[in-house]
Amino acid sequence: MAAVTFHHAEKVYPDGSRVISDFNLQVTDGELLVLVGPSGCGKSTVLRMVAGLEEVSSGEILIDGQVVNDWPPQRRDIAMVFQNYALYPHMSVRRNLEFPLTMRRLAAAEIRQRVERAAAMLNLTALLDCKPRVLSGGQRQRVAMGRAIVRDASVFLMDEPLSNLDASLRVQIRTDIAALQQRLGITTLYVTHDQVEAMTLGHRVAVMRAGVLQQVAAPRELYENPANVFVAGFIGSPGMNVVRGRLDTDDRGLVLLLGAARVPLGAGIRTRHPGLEGWCGRSMLIGMRPEALSLTEAGAGLMPATVRSAESLGHETIVYVDAALETVATDMAATARGTGDGAGPPLAAVLPGHRPFKREEVLNLSVDPDGLYCFTPEGERI
Amino acid sequence: MRVASTAAQHHGLARAAGYAVLIASVLLFIVPVLLMIIGSLKPDDRVLMEAGTVKALWPDSVSLRNYADVFRRADFARFLFNSLFITGSIVIAGLLVNSLAGYAFARLRWRGRTLLFNLLLAVMIVPFEAIAVPLFYQVSILGLRDTYIAQILPFIANAFSIFLFYSFFIGLPRELEESARVDGAGVLRTFFFIIVPNARPVFATVAILSFLTWWGSYLWPLMVTIGPRVRPLPVAIATFYTLPPLQWGDILAFGAMMVMPVLVVFVAFQRWFVRGVAASAIKG
Ligand SMILES: Nc1ncnc2c1ncn2[C@@H]1O[C@H](COP(=O)(O)OP(=O)(O)OP(=O)(O)O)[C@@H](O)[C@H]1O
Ligand SMILES: [Mg+2]
Repeated sequence: MAAVTFHHAEKVYPDGSRVISDFNLQVTDGELLVLVGPSGCGKSTVLRMVAGLEEVSSGEILIDGQVVNDWPPQRRDIAMVFQNYALYPHMSVRRNLEFPLTMRRLAAAEIRQRVERAAAMLNLTALLDCKPRVLSGGQRQRVAMGRAIVRDASVFLMDEPLSNLDASLRVQIRTDIAALQQRLGITTLYVTHDQVEAMTLGHRVAVMRAGVLQQVAAPRELYENPANVFVAGFIGSPGMNVVRGRLDTDDRGLVLLLGAARVPLGAGIRTRHPGLEGWCGRSMLIGMRPEALSLTEAGAGLMPATVRSAESLGHETIVYVDAALETVATDMAATARGTGDGAGPPLAAVLPGHRPFKREEVLNLSVDPDGLYCFTPEGERI
Repeated sequence: MRVASTAAQHHGLARAAGYAVLIASVLLFIVPVLLMIIGSLKPDDRVLMEAGTVKALWPDSVSLRNYADVFRRADFARFLFNSLFITGSIVIAGLLVNSLAGYAFARLRWRGRTLLFNLLLAVMIVPFEAIAVPLFYQVSILGLRDTYIAQILPFIANAFSIFLFYSFFIGLPRELEESARVDGAGVLRTFFFIIVPNARPVFATVAILSFLTWWGSYLWPLMVTIGPRVRPLPVAIATFYTLPPLQWGDILAFGAMMVMPVLVVFVAFQRWFVRGVAASAIKG
């Protein structure tokens, strides 16, 4: 058991690309922390630096309080599950499980006992004499997990361990991993690009973007209090809509100018954003959860909106609409500030039920003011 | 119906033509070998006499006398041992040295790697004949003429073998090695426990290619050997040929015995060899 600490860790690849910048994070003892972010943001690089497969360019990584920057992988007492499992093709399942123990020169009896225990835990006993190539994807995944847990390593690293599995298997093994981690209590750093996986699995979730840590928080906190528009847009399915708006006052108090609509702000949003009054008369970015949008009668709503496409999930329908609002792509917002180049992404709304929506159909949407979030024009939380 | 049957006839004709071409080319390559083996079983004076007739391939009588004569007239066992020992040493030590070098080029990070690798590529195109004389000079200075060492040591490290290993290793999934490293194996244990077992085709390919190369090597042993003590078969057969009386049956028997180990090695490793060539072809 051990904590893993990143202290201003950076990674610059030999070709000069800076992939990780000023990375500070502590994975506490026994915690399952999920590192999530879009493809190419540097998640694997972070993991590989912990494993010792990639040098740390500057800063420090500590395991259990000791700086491990210069330690070779075999000294770090880490177990890792790779995305493609990396089972040894020439060894039987049993030999695969034994390998990390043999390398550590454990006694034969001890090895046997541990392998059998791990195999039983993961339902692999019947497969012990098979070669990896005859196993199904789910079985290979379990062998990879088994090879990681036989060791009693102090840290688990998992790099998208479920991404090669089909959807239903993914849900099932996700649950298994959570249970296993709970039971073993081993500090785990889990990488995924799937925010649903992150939210369901992580004790805490660290959101990364382009090598920079955006926010580290418990899943619920991440959903309710995103630190910036990137996190807001990344978490949730679909993620938060972000539009340009202005804050103003009238006789009802603070109102938000969203296109042609004026939305009076209630107490909920005022407590969430204590400094909001200072932003009166200034433009800002407004986040709207798709769940906060709903259908109303004509005239009463926020604005008319034209249906672009709809995805029915049975119990609810995600409708993508064009409205007279300037939407902003969340992964661009922080960099492309203020360049209103016309067509933004569509607005997503999650509506209950599954009534059919036609293309070009005009809907009237209203918004629950408590589902609104205010961000600076640069995309930071106000 | 008629159309279909002519189509089938066409098909059959094309097949027959294809087989004819294949059989012809097989014969082209195999007839000299057959002539050698059959000739070696005939009495000495019949070999040349019947060379142009059907009896060249269909002898009246066969005997192993020529083989016995080879052993009587020359120290064949010694030459065979020399050849096996020299070639075997080059192949076995070469597999170890060249695979490790190939791995270092493919996977390890060290100063001067790129420079050395380019040098390696350059060395690959230098024909042996170009360095034979300076190498001979070096061997003489070191006092190694007429030794096994002089025939083994210069050929263990081989640029082409290193390159074959390199291109195979570079295509292996990296995660395999990384996983082994995390599981607690150092560089060498990763190499021997994980890489080598998954690289059998390339080991077989390199083994066969270098065996064939050095088994038939003639120029260098001719230069460095003085007497029959450490002389390998190719030099020995050249000397045997000049040994009066000129006995064709004996010479063919000598040749047949010289080819035998090559066939054995090829058949033993062929499965791996073909697979290795196919694998490197797919990778491109
Ligand atoms: N050896 C390398 N040399 C140079 N750049 C690299 C190297 N390895 C990775 N990169 C770059 O670093 C960035 C981060 O890569 P990384 O594999 O860590 O991303 P990731 O978040 O794991 O992505 P994914 O979800 O696709 O696995 C990418 O832009 C990638 O192109
Ligand atoms: Mg990755």
